[in-house]
Amino acid sequence: MPLVSGKAKKVILGNLGSDNPVFVQVLGICSTLAVTNAVKNTVVMCLGLIFTLSLSNLTVSLLRKWMPSRIRMMVEVLIIATYVIIVDIVLKAYYPDIWRQLGPYVGLIITNCIIMGRAEAFALSNPPGLSFVDGVSAGVGYSYVLLVIAVFRELLGAGSIWGVQLLGEWWENWAIMVMAPGAFFMMALFIWIVKGLIIKPDADGKGTS
Amino acid sequence: MSEMAAVLGVLFAAVFTNNILLTNYLGMCSFLGASREVKTSLGLGAAVVFVLTCTSVLNWLCYRYILAPLDLTYLRFIVFIVVIAAFVQVVEMIIERISERLYAALGIFLPLITVNCAILGVSLFMVIREYTLAEAFGYGLGSGIGWMLAILAMAGIREKMVRAKVPVGLEGAGITLIIAGIMALAFMGFNGMVTLN
Repeated sequence: MPLVSGKAKKVILGNLGSDNPVFVQVLGICSTLAVTNAVKNTVVMCLGLIFTLSLSNLTVSLLRKWMPSRIRMMVEVLIIATYVIIVDIVLKAYYPDIWRQLGPYVGLIITNCIIMGRAEAFALSNPPGLSFVDGVSAGVGYSYVLLVIAVFRELLGAGSIWGVQLLGEWWENWAIMVMAPGAFFMMALFIWIVKGLIIKPDADGKGTS
Repeated sequence: MSEMAAVLGVLFAAVFTNNILLTNYLGMCSFLGASREVKTSLGLGAAVVFVLTCTSVLNWLCYRYILAPLDLTYLRFIVFIVVIAAFVQVVEMIIERISERLYAALGIFLPLITVNCAILGVSLFMVIREYTLAEAFGYGLGSGIGWMLAILAMAGIREKMVRAKVPVGLEGAGITLIIAGIMALAFMGFNGMVTLN
């Protein structure tokens, strides 16, 4: 089983920590910034992303031997888009409120660089089982960063988490946190803390290219 | 006449008050990656303006005359992304012919325009907001110009920043995000000038 092999373990740990898609590779942060002003939306977005990422990785890996390399990008995009449409339809049917709030950002999962990046960098050269594990773990690595940011933004910006008011009357909402600049600052702060304190600064410069 | 005013309104709103990058966070990946030199970002910005304008019009036509009558609007993601990908391929060939240097400088970022969220995002916003063809054109053009403005400003700042001492851990992406945040603050000053519904 690929789930217990040493290689799979390495993949999982890499995606959660030293090779994390968000704060090390700085990929896919468009949606990171856009949906993190409320925890609820973030969770839905993350589940959609994990679903799309793991299944598209699996599919790309299954098809990798038959894909002509010249048109592989196109094929990958179509596979990804198919799964995103499933997410979109399910959301629209069962959670229309959240669907409306997320607006175009569900569709924008297609252009989330993480998914394309994992397909190109991993699924094209690895067996299906391992690719699936890679997809799930990269998705989880992305999700927990988003959740941390979302918790702070909603708490500071609206005094609540998951729509439940936590801070009392005395709390003055930091409106800036739920607006655009707050997202940029939170993300920068997060990268700073993780890179500066946890990952020792020998891997700098890796993040921007 | 009022049609013209509506288009201009959308265009200005897309450039300033609803900047695609600074308020909708779209196109961040290439924004962070390609904003080190003014020259590169100018080329990429120009390519984005061109692609955005053309694809928003093309996608509007596809949506209105193919998808909507056939009740296939749930296929819009696939159709939009295919139109965008095909179009980017054409632009890539053109740039390769015109300027070898620009082609070498943009390198990996040209194919990445396909997965530049700004391009798809504009098409999706356009559908949600139910723009007319002219408004879609204005929105595409405005968003492209807004994106180019942001990346050019960022590249200008980053070129100056080469000599600055940045705290450990903030180099690269971190400091760029902080600058983007300050830019977003500055752009908030345009709020209320024109509104986008």
